[in-house]
Amino acid sequence: MNAPLLVCRDLDVRVGERSLVRSLQLQVAPGERWAVVGPNGAGKTTLLHVLAGVRPAQGGTVELAGQILGRWSVEHLAGLRALVTDRWIDPFATSVLETVMAARFRMRGALRGRAGADRHARALAMECLVAMDCKELAGRDVRYLSRGERQRVALAAALAQETPLVLLDEPISHQDPRHQSQVLWQLQLRRERTYVGVLHDINAAARFATHALLLCGDGRWQAGPSSEVLCGASLSPLFGTEILEARVGAHRVFVSNGGAPI
Amino acid sequence: MYAPRLRAVTALPLLGVALLLALLVALRFGSVAVDTGALFDGLDGYLFGGQDSSLPATLLALRVPRALTAMAVGGLLALSGALLQALLRNALADPYVLGVSGGASCAAMLAIAAGLSALAVSLCAAAGALLALCLLFLLAHRALFARDAALDVGRDSAILLTGVMIAALCGAVLSMVLVLAPDGKLRTMVFWLLGDLGGATSPGAAALALTGWGALTAVAMRDARALNLMLGGDLQAYTQGVATTQVRRRLITVTAIATGIAVALAGAVGFIGFVAPHLVRQFVGANQRVVLPAATLLGAILVLLADTMGRSIAAPLQLPVGALTALVGVPVFLWQLQRP
Repeated sequence: MNAPLLVCRDLDVRVGERSLVRSLQLQVAPGERWAVVGPNGAGKTTLLHVLAGVRPAQGGTVELAGQILGRWSVEHLAGLRALVTDRWIDPFATSVLETVMAARFRMRGALRGRAGADRHARALAMECLVAMDCKELAGRDVRYLSRGERQRVALAAALAQETPLVLLDEPISHQDPRHQSQVLWQLQLRRERTYVGVLHDINAAARFATHALLLCGDGRWQAGPSSEVLCGASLSPLFGTEILEARVGAHRVFVSNGGAPI
Repeated sequence: MYAPRLRAVTALPLLGVALLLALLVALRFGSVAVDTGALFDGLDGYLFGGQDSSLPATLLALRVPRALTAMAVGGLLALSGALLQALLRNALADPYVLGVSGGASCAAMLAIAAGLSALAVSLCAAAGALLALCLLFLLAHRALFARDAALDVGRDSAILLTGVMIAALCGAVLSMVLVLAPDGKLRTMVFWLLGDLGGATSPGAAALALTGWGALTAVAMRDARALNLMLGGDLQAYTQGVATTQVRRRLITVTAIATGIAVALAGAVGFIGFVAPHLVRQFVGANQRVVLPAATLLGAILVLLADTMGRSIAAPLQLPVGALTALVGVPVFLWQLQRP
């Protein structure tokens, strides 16, 4: 087996007095796709930020590519992991293509003065936009995109950053059914990449993820292969409502029974 | 479809040529106009002759330092305005919003009230600007220096609010000084507060201002690409490889020094730092690698022209440049805003 790309040892994450994650042990091997699942406010995004190195942990360590997260320089880190948030700030007019190309900031020094560099960056950005079904948007002003379109542009930017690890914060929250499958499928196609994504849609998680991490919000967690961890027996107590599991063709499907909370 | 109305390769040379033309206009016109031929003869005498006592040479000895100072002041104000609007992601920001000019004004008024020389007033203004900056760094410490890029929310408003409070405090002190100042000094004070280049007669100071302008623009340009990413939020920029805290600290220091120099030389010239970046963005888009140089050139042009008007239209009376920047700038800005 390959050396793990991302390792959490005794990781504690707290916000104020609230302990969100206690003593998390996690090993993410290259090529794995992890879904982080849990109720609202359980600390999924916060944990993602800790894994991205933009927020300090309250205890334990995170190792990325064999080194403690804090020891990597900001610039080096940008070559190891990308983060797709679901909050975008677009104060001034910029084109979609420029937004995607900007994600290649860390490559600016290495490519300076090389004639083909800009053309290559442009071609790569276009390729990522095409993968996210945003080809027609390339020349548009980012401020006037729909939220679904803006989200796919953010995903394209993360792909253009060309990192082994991609952290996703609800990557399909604004997508219609067709784009939900297309986005997840395009991510899966890139098998050399490793994904850790917060997903609210359990069905999407079951289809996309090889592994799952359940966060309860009170410090407890459960991690493992998604076939074991994502099941009615563990999801019902997690969300505090009965979740039934069914099979439709080759897919496992989860439905909330819609009754009163348990 | 989105595309800037002017590309960088057109906009920057255009502004460069416009600046040279504005400089020519500034040297030609004033209470006495000089025609271009005589101007160049005089320029020859001014630069190389030494003993030339012809009218053009004498006028140039007065106008060259003033024009160069005007350019530098406009350039510095527009540069810091452009940087602050980008850093705070707020199109209403200008060089005075962080209280730096308030500090400079307070110190300068106290110096005038104490009867100090013009040079001492300038130095006091610079010291006041620096003091206000230190106060800002102290009070907005968390927002400016936190290493935590995920703390994006509220960071900009914390810096902005602290700056506005410092400015308000300085405004209060300023009113006290103005009320208590002897009548004889009020005129000097008001001119200073409006922004006036009447005192810009020293070639040395002009050279210093130009050097400062060039150096600060160069420092800012090194971070222009990073600034582009920071427009999308610290969180995003940080994960894409920008050391956001360091860039922000560096650029806020640049804006403070730029504002400090400008205010020390010309008093509180309003409006340029706000309007130049705005106009530029309308034409070239939001790419800071173009916006920063274009805005700083436009600022230089605007102050140069406003000061030339101030010297010419009511000659031999001289109107303070700060009174004219808004008078000219507001209609231009509103006209631009009306365009589809």
